[in-house]
Amino acid sequence: MDILIQQIINGLVLGSIYALVALGYTMVYGILGLINFAHGEVVMIGALSALTAIGLLVPSGLPGPVVVLAGLLIAIPVCMAVGFTIERIAYRPLRNAPRLAPLITAIGVSIVLQQLAMMGWGRNYHTFPALLSVTAHKVGGAAITDLQIIIVLTAALLMAALVWLVTRTRLGRAMRASAENPAVARLMGVDVDRVISFTFVLGSGLAAVAGVMVAANYSIAHYAMGFMLGLKAFTAAVLGGIGNLGGAMLGGLLLGIIESLAAGYIGDLTGGFLGSHYKDVFAFFVLILVLVFRPSGLMGEKVAERA
Amino acid sequence: MSADPKLKARLGIALIGVALAVLPFAVGATFGNSWVRIVDFALLYVMLALGLNIVVGFAGLLDLGYIAFYAVGAYLYALLSSPHLATAFPALFAVAPGWPVWAVLPLGALVAGLFGVMLGAPTLKLRGDYLAIVTLGFGEIIRIFLNNLNAPANITNGPQGINNIAAAQIGGHALNRPLELFGVMVPGVHLQYYFFLALTLLVVFVCVRLQDSRLGRAWVAIREDEVAARACGINTRNVKLLAFGLGATFGGVAGGLFAGFQGFVSPESFGLLESVMVLCMVVLGGMGHIPGVILGAVLLALLPEALRWGAVPVQQSLFGKVLIDPESLRLLLFGIALVVVMRWRPAGLWPSALRKRELAAHGEAA
Amino acid sequence: MTPITSSRPLTALVALSACLLAACGQKDDAAAPAAADAAATVTIRLGHVAPLTGPQAHLGKDNENGARLAIDDLNAEKLLIGGKVAKFELLGEDDQADPRQGTTVAQKLADAHVNAVIGHLNSGTTIPASRIYHDAGIVQVSPSATNPTYTRQGYKTAFRVFADDVQQGSVLGGFAVTKLGAKKIAIIDDRTAYGQGLADEFDKAAKAAGATIVTREYTTDKETDFAAILTKVKSTRPDLVFYGGMDTQAGPMARQLRTLNIGAPMLFGDGACTVEFHKLAGEGADGHYCSLPGVPLDQMAGGSAFRDRYKAKYNADIQLYAPYAYDAVRVVAEAMKQAGSVDTAKFLPALAALNYPGLTAQIQFDEKGDIRDGAITLYQAKGGAWSALETLGGKAPN
Repeated sequence: MDILIQQIINGLVLGSIYALVALGYTMVYGILGLINFAHGEVVMIGALSALTAIGLLVPSGLPGPVVVLAGLLIAIPVCMAVGFTIERIAYRPLRNAPRLAPLITAIGVSIVLQQLAMMGWGRNYHTFPALLSVTAHKVGGAAITDLQIIIVLTAALLMAALVWLVTRTRLGRAMRASAENPAVARLMGVDVDRVISFTFVLGSGLAAVAGVMVAANYSIAHYAMGFMLGLKAFTAAVLGGIGNLGGAMLGGLLLGIIESLAAGYIGDLTGGFLGSHYKDVFAFFVLILVLVFRPSGLMGEKVAERA
Repeated sequence: MSADPKLKARLGIALIGVALAVLPFAVGATFGNSWVRIVDFALLYVMLALGLNIVVGFAGLLDLGYIAFYAVGAYLYALLSSPHLATAFPALFAVAPGWPVWAVLPLGALVAGLFGVMLGAPTLKLRGDYLAIVTLGFGEIIRIFLNNLNAPANITNGPQGINNIAAAQIGGHALNRPLELFGVMVPGVHLQYYFFLALTLLVVFVCVRLQDSRLGRAWVAIREDEVAARACGINTRNVKLLAFGLGATFGGVAGGLFAGFQGFVSPESFGLLESVMVLCMVVLGGMGHIPGVILGAVLLALLPEALRWGAVPVQQSLFGKVLIDPESLRLLLFGIALVVVMRWRPAGLWPSALRKRELAAHGEAA
Repeated sequence: MTPITSSRPLTALVALSACLLAACGQKDDAAAPAAADAAATVTIRLGHVAPLTGPQAHLGKDNENGARLAIDDLNAEKLLIGGKVAKFELLGEDDQADPRQGTTVAQKLADAHVNAVIGHLNSGTTIPASRIYHDAGIVQVSPSATNPTYTRQGYKTAFRVFADDVQQGSVLGGFAVTKLGAKKIAIIDDRTAYGQGLADEFDKAAKAAGATIVTREYTTDKETDFAAILTKVKSTRPDLVFYGGMDTQAGPMARQLRTLNIGAPMLFGDGACTVEFHKLAGEGADGHYCSLPGVPLDQMAGGSAFRDRYKAKYNADIQLYAPYAYDAVRVVAEAMKQAGSVDTAKFLPALAALNYPGLTAQIQFDEKGDIRDGAITLYQAKGGAWSALETLGGKAPN
């Protein structure tokens, strides 16, 4: 029993990270209909720039959590600047291009960011200094650390703040209007370009938070770390219904829990025929099943084909 | 201008034919055989890109797992032309299977085609990016199975890959060995080139015929407006499945050629990045336009290699020293090239005339 | 080079590569007669291949650095080969750990008529490339590929200065059961050719020594979260957890093991036997075990000097295989010196019969091209470093 609880906790922590990254994907997708493949790289830049800042601050002797917070506060504007620049240089000129052109651009941007990071931060893996408490609390025989609790809570909090922003503020209304119909939104006095820029900046800020959390939780950061994470988060966003904030959260948590349970129990369930190496197969299989029955994801609206 | 256009066209084709025929010797003599090898790979990518073009370019279905079919073809060839099965299942295979290439390649095409239909069936209702993620998942599922099917029964030899795959034999001559023809030694890579070229031309021919067929027009109809296509009496389900199936067959053939050429296959050759690479070729060249797709495939196959050779000497001549190490620069410039080409030619380097017109009209409307 | 935007990119590309290559070609042509004229020097070009981009780039660069250090040393020593002063050059290539790129690069080196090749790093690229080197008659010495197949293809040109999976796996299996007294062992591997190969050999050896394998779990070489598989491992209450894979996974795994309150120690192969492991595992590092082919660097003549020189030159610690890459270059040079020739036909027999005190071990090759009686040393993590426990097999260093 405590093994099951532990697996669900594992899944929740992993899922919260996926969800945080997935939020960035889904925001951009919601407003532009673009899969921003470079989002994972922004997460990586967040992690590495925070790490650099933390490395400089550690000798100052400030308490650990303060240092991490300072690192985060530096990573957020860095990522926002990167997100803003990407949108301006790479995506904006392609607003009216055929649907796949921005996808290729996104892949190109992803490669460029990765190589720049490799040139800047080197090829080696970086270690996140042990600044936060990793003592495990016991919850009914299962273990969870302070950091993991912080990750789950932060993800929930940011998610709630985002929903509030999108549904309750003027800016949120402008975002929804731009997503619905940019031309009409423009006629209604919405500065669509600014709204889109803002969406990228916000999504990149979230990516910075996610990057710092990943690096802190796994105590590792590397210039190639963004790709897999981005892929998983993208899967999570689609599972929940891409373009939908609640869907990204749900999809992220579900994917985390599915992976965790699959890794833990797939061997027993199949009598040892399949093992934990098939956890991704299992996750994709669930995704395909969900999409067969709900073609626009768990919480996605039924939309007509985009022109 | 005054010349007969027909004659001009024939002359052009003849010139291209001669150029293609002497290409390996010209390239081999000037740049070395490694470039002939790179050209061989470029031909494989042309086949892959043309296959994916049927799915993405003609039928408008975004496929991010195309490399799975390449993997299926490659592993089928590997199993049927290497000692692996005989070692793994001595009870079933007394001698190592050594199927002739003319039997393996069509079989690979068929099996890959079946996999294509298998992928297509559950995804018929999905559109756009949902389709993209499911195909991506499918590609990963295939790769994970290839990587792990060494236990309980050792079918694929898992991450270790399958080694000692026999090269394709034509007329009793293995294509990886040099052949003496009229007193000239023709190296193995050259022979592979001619073999690949023949099959590539076949693929091009099939593609051109498909494009102008009823089926080709049905694909375009679906791409432009699926609902309207159905209203016009097109059986969208069958037509979509055919796109997946036919597209996959080309991947299967290319995979078989790859296995015979390399002599070794392992799952690392069939990752997601390869799928993305082939998609880039199709989109960058000009989706749906066969010459454009060929151009895209050739360019993207050659560009990283050209950068590998050129990065150091160019920097040395420009700055007098190597500022950025060539490996980083190679991928960096590759990424920049993708962004820049899409920025200035969003419909691809060489789009079809129709698409160019559409895009211009769309731009005015917006 | 500017990105291609012209309407005729192919032409531009071809023209560009043509002029580049022509330039390279001329340089080579000019160099050859000059060497002949001088008569006192002989230029030896060695290829080196490893992934220099992608997730394993740090290891690839480490290999290349090790090889470069050997080249620098050799050039400083002014080695005489057949009465001429040897001048060594290294052609460093990137294969991105991709088999296709691996063969392309191999062909490039074969075209360049290099005298020998050091590499590749991964078995997945080393094996398909070995066929090309063999056909071209080029000696290949891999400092790190561990798949047994590499030297069992019947290629006389294939050598390695590292223990293969079978050698290392069997030593580790015996050590786990007889020395550590483990009865219930959990095995995890990363599903790469290296991790799976080593884990399978360990599995066999541990079972043969009388242990029970309580579970086999799997991850990938890109994963950072091992909570789920470790929880599964915990439920089987093992005495020891074996992991076949690299430090980049082993470090975080050891850390997460402690978080999950699993008391059993872990055992790793060479991939995790690095300085990096301690950084990545943090407080979770202590008490675990690992093995590395050869004798501890500090016990070898010039070993700690090598470590210092590496640090001074590259401003970084040795990642993993740099000393083996160094040895790989040295054995090739030594064989050339003994044969008095840089032709494969002449120095290949000398290499096969070599008995050379390397940095990592006394190097002698068996008939397959593997290191003979390769010593394997076991280490335990203590206070942020690996401290040597014992060296099994092999000859004492001279």
